[in-house]
Amino acid sequence: MTTHQPINASAEIRSILYLNGVTKTFDGFKAINNLSLDIAPGELRAIIGPNGAGKSTMMDIITGKTKPDAGEVRFKDHIDLTRYDEADIANMGIGRKFQKPTVIDSLSIWDNLELALAGNRGVLQTLFYKLKAAQADRIDEVINLIGLSEKKKDLAENLSHGQKQWLEIGMLFIQEPEVLLVDEPAGGMTDYETMETARLLKDIAKSHSVIVVEHDMEFVRALDCKVTVLHEGSVLAEGTLDKVSSNPRVIEVYLGR
Amino acid sequence: MLKNSILYTLIMNDKVGRYILAALLALAILVPILNIVMPEDSFLHVPTYTVSLLGKYLCYALLALALDLVWGYCGILSLGHGAFFALGGYAMGMYLMRQIGDRGVYGNAELPDFMVFLNWDSLPWYWLGFDSFTFAMIMVIVVPGLLAFVFGWLAFRSRVTGVYLSIITQALTFALMQAFFLNDFGFGGNNGLTDFKEILGFDIQSDGTRLTLFVLSAVSVILAYLACRFITTSKFGRVLVSIRDAESRTRFLGYRVEHYKLLVFIFSAMLAGIAGALFVPQVGIINPGEFSPINSIEIVIWVALGGRGTLYGAVIGALVVNYAKTYFTGAFPEIWLFMLGGLFVISTTYLPRGIVGVAESLMGKRKARSTHGSDDSPDQSDADNDKNIGEVKS
Repeated sequence: MTTHQPINASAEIRSILYLNGVTKTFDGFKAINNLSLDIAPGELRAIIGPNGAGKSTMMDIITGKTKPDAGEVRFKDHIDLTRYDEADIANMGIGRKFQKPTVIDSLSIWDNLELALAGNRGVLQTLFYKLKAAQADRIDEVINLIGLSEKKKDLAENLSHGQKQWLEIGMLFIQEPEVLLVDEPAGGMTDYETMETARLLKDIAKSHSVIVVEHDMEFVRALDCKVTVLHEGSVLAEGTLDKVSSNPRVIEVYLGR
Repeated sequence: MLKNSILYTLIMNDKVGRYILAALLALAILVPILNIVMPEDSFLHVPTYTVSLLGKYLCYALLALALDLVWGYCGILSLGHGAFFALGGYAMGMYLMRQIGDRGVYGNAELPDFMVFLNWDSLPWYWLGFDSFTFAMIMVIVVPGLLAFVFGWLAFRSRVTGVYLSIITQALTFALMQAFFLNDFGFGGNNGLTDFKEILGFDIQSDGTRLTLFVLSAVSVILAYLACRFITTSKFGRVLVSIRDAESRTRFLGYRVEHYKLLVFIFSAMLAGIAGALFVPQVGIINPGEFSPINSIEIVIWVALGGRGTLYGAVIGALVVNYAKTYFTGAFPEIWLFMLGGLFVISTTYLPRGIVGVAESLMGKRKARSTHGSDDSPDQSDADNDKNIGEVKS
């Protein structure tokens, strides 16, 4: 894999993503409660927590799908993400993979990646769009990376669950975001696929900031990175996996049950 | 020649579409010949009445194309497309009314008959300009486009989708119908606009005018088909499909979904307006009934029955259903609505891909439907992929 996007320019940036005191209430239920999170440029971070800990809501807030009631959400220190919507934020360089693999079923794998490929998203530009040779090469490169080169003309609906996960990771990757938010990438995968996915993400993390939300402890261990434990919408513990999993409160609310 | 090459690719990559276009072209050439050259007692003679009937079907085919573009490709199920058709029709009707001049029943050169009847003493401002054919033709496109823009701007920006959007479009056409029924609204009320005499100086009843309108309708369907085909085969078209299949995914890929929906909705409304404008001189009347919700639902049935998301399916569906309608409403008028309902139930439950889907299965051409088709079962090549992903190197 080539590091097509060096981590430069982040020399002066302290945090690629910075959440401070973020709160979001749905019908009286505090999905996110005074949450603070600080991701350094180029960092790989795993976020774990029981169901309802606020992991997905946190992703929704970062990507502009949900507006927080209070708190600040900053990208590269100076951009206030709460003022933008999904498409703006995606174009700024924050990519997202959903929990349930979401690809465009009735398009081919190639077309899926072509849609995700970094480039102008305007209506007229896409109407009169012509693929350049370098872009085609880039798509082929990513199809190889996710191991689907044999099936690039197949419709995405014919892929297995695990292959859809990879395709979506590939789409995220080819978007060339600076930050990748990855929601349960190993869901529904075999042990082997899970480990390969961990390797793929660690690879990507060499040149990007990656935040992974995951349930599977083996997978988190394979990622070998700093772990944040969420509980009831706030941070319960932070540190290495060994450190947090020996934390008595974490054991009580999460691992112990 | 860039233009030629685009046209060439469009036609060459569209196997079924090619036959449809060839058939439409043959129709546009043969029907006038059979009408003019063949003696009236020959069984090959196409009477002028039939020419206008075919012309009407072609207008419906154009309308079906417009709906398929937004519904089949972008998932916007409009139950109000009849409104854009009717608005285009009214714009044309207003021009035709102004051409009547002082030949109306009241012989008033300044005002159409219904305004004289209502004791109006001057033309309302929104009728100004319709004496000019060019202005009227611009309005045929602008008025439906403007309504689609305002409606789409509000609906798509607030992210109204699915059944809610369908209900609002239905309400839109219903509200317009109620408004056009009012005499004071200034469009002829209940009776609508009729009794047309001339179009561009040609007698609207003459065989030559009717043949010309028929040929224009056929040419419009061909051009609209090519335009829709250009849109759906472009990257823009793949974004539309992406919105249809996974709207929020498309947003997170960085596409402004509302802009895409808005643009395709406006274009579709304009096509529907053109269809309405071609329809009115051929049937000789436009009235508020064209806004009725039932009409808009019928368009959906044509497209569903023909096979949505294919464009040619919409054309076939409109022609087949309307031919059947003409036949059955003549032969067995009491059962037609039941048949229409039955066809819709059958097509949604048993033929999700419509007539063209059945035809393709019968010809064993499932594979040929898209260039992406493949018989590789996912299971078969799983092993290969495991190997590939295992070889990822940094």
